[in-house]
Amino acid sequence: MHSAEPLSTPPTTFGLGRRRPLAKLMSEAAIRWFCFACALISVATTFGIVWVLLSQSLHFFTKVSPLDFLGSADWRPGTSPPHFGVIPLIAGTLMITIGAGVLTLPLGLLSAIYLSEYAVPKVRGVLKPALELLAGIPTVVYGYFGLFFVTPALKHLFPAIKSSNAAAGAIVVAIMILPLVSSLCEDALRAVPKALREGAYGLGSTKAEVTTRIVVPGALSGVMAACILALSRALGETMAVTLAAGANPQLTLNPLDGIQTMTAYIVQTSKGDVDFGSVRYYSIFAVGVTLFVFTLAMNLVAQRLVRKFRQVYA
Amino acid sequence: MIVDPRILRRRKRFDAAFRHLSFCAAALGVLLLIVFLTKIVVDGYPRLSLDFIKGALSRRPARTGIWPAVIGSFEIMLLTIAFAVPLGVAAAVYLEEFVTRQNPFTRFVQLNIANLAGVPSIVYGLLGLSVFVWTFGLGQSIISGALTMTLLVLPMVIIVTQESLKAVPRSYREGSLALGSSRWQSIRLQVLPSAAPGIMTGVILAVSRAIGETAPLIVVGAVSFVTTTPTNLRSNYTVLPIQIFDWAMDSKSEFNKAAAGAILVLMLVLLAINSVAIVLRARKRT
Repeated sequence: MHSAEPLSTPPTTFGLGRRRPLAKLMSEAAIRWFCFACALISVATTFGIVWVLLSQSLHFFTKVSPLDFLGSADWRPGTSPPHFGVIPLIAGTLMITIGAGVLTLPLGLLSAIYLSEYAVPKVRGVLKPALELLAGIPTVVYGYFGLFFVTPALKHLFPAIKSSNAAAGAIVVAIMILPLVSSLCEDALRAVPKALREGAYGLGSTKAEVTTRIVVPGALSGVMAACILALSRALGETMAVTLAAGANPQLTLNPLDGIQTMTAYIVQTSKGDVDFGSVRYYSIFAVGVTLFVFTLAMNLVAQRLVRKFRQVYA
Repeated sequence: MIVDPRILRRRKRFDAAFRHLSFCAAALGVLLLIVFLTKIVVDGYPRLSLDFIKGALSRRPARTGIWPAVIGSFEIMLLTIAFAVPLGVAAAVYLEEFVTRQNPFTRFVQLNIANLAGVPSIVYGLLGLSVFVWTFGLGQSIISGALTMTLLVLPMVIIVTQESLKAVPRSYREGSLALGSSRWQSIRLQVLPSAAPGIMTGVILAVSRAIGETAPLIVVGAVSFVTTTPTNLRSNYTVLPIQIFDWAMDSKSEFNKAAAGAILVLMLVLLAINSVAIVLRARKRT
């Protein structure tokens, strides 16, 4: 490949040539099987997750009826008798997710519009790496930021705020998913064919008109998919909300109060001394399966949208 | 054509306003990054010293150090790379190189990988807790943590490797096969070397994920108060993000400052690793 060898030299053997053909074939087949087995690991992981979540939460549901679990708003796992009504955890999770979505989706789309439609390479060369760096910051650092920067800042505006509160949780999660929304939306906007833009310019549109009436509608399914993926990330986010939003499972609409998300409950319980095989031990799997169902549904919807959007312009 | 000048002015105003608005949204990312880094440096820099990095954990905030957590993070990282890279690259090679045509099985595997990448990390923790810690009986040890991390980063390694394998021109494989090499020889000697920079980028992404990730390790039982460095694969261990989490949750504000110091160390390590990725990407382009 690299240098032309004279024809008289024997063809290169690439290290395997001295073996007999049968042995060579055998090792080829072995490597193929090894690679196949590795590809199977991903399937095994999926089945493992589903199996573990279902079988372990089954132990939980033999002791706590699913109706009580899903139908009650009383989550006090530590009392005796314990109460396992998951609604406050779901409400807390949704509050963070929706709050982060409301804050970040418009910003993320606008920033994607700037990057894909307006930015000259020089500006892009600053903005894009900054967003990538923001995306690379570990989530526990976001939690620290929420606890020691966002909450004190909010305290100036709302003196009644709790030291852990849903508002700070939603804000840090919003910052965390901003790079994701921005880069996925940018991909979607870039996939809109140039001819569509040029047609609109030819009719005398301004750039803002082309963007808002042609490009964004044209990329809508991709933009929607980006939003759903980002929301599903927010839903499963753990460390930042555990630190910033607290461990207070209550049903509230006040963003200045502490709440607890499903993920934060799993962390809190894992950190405490919980006996293997106890109801509390199995409760983290029941909460886990609830979380998994939410994120899986969102991911499937997003994938369907992406497929649809590929079909339009591919 | 007659255009009402007032309408034209309004459209131009909207155009300018929209441009400024979208610029502000994009600049917000940079602004937030600056605020973030400033806050971390201001809080954490006073704590940063060689004693802090090399020091053992202590219940007294002024004397505590992060060495056990640094070693724990390092070992988790090494073990995760050792498991995830061969498995992930082999899986990608199977899907891209050994399968010549898409079939229902590969489509199913592909869908699986895409879905796994979207599963919340804490769910991997639950999988690891049930399978590695209890069923395999590995206990709350460093090996359970590393295996859980491996499953977590595997989809990312597979996806990135597949992308870089796709970018290798067909002619490389065809040329090599035409010269009489077997399929595996052409993969090993032509395809993988030219895909290597791309694969490395994926590996580095996976590594930074493995270092920064906290939730699954808490679930599989990384302990927070570990005063000694782990000695073998079955040891108790802690990692930097968990140390940060504990110190940030502590009611003593000196511990909160120690958390900022540990964050600074973690961010510097991540920055170093990621700049390797940037250099690699720049090299690939030239």
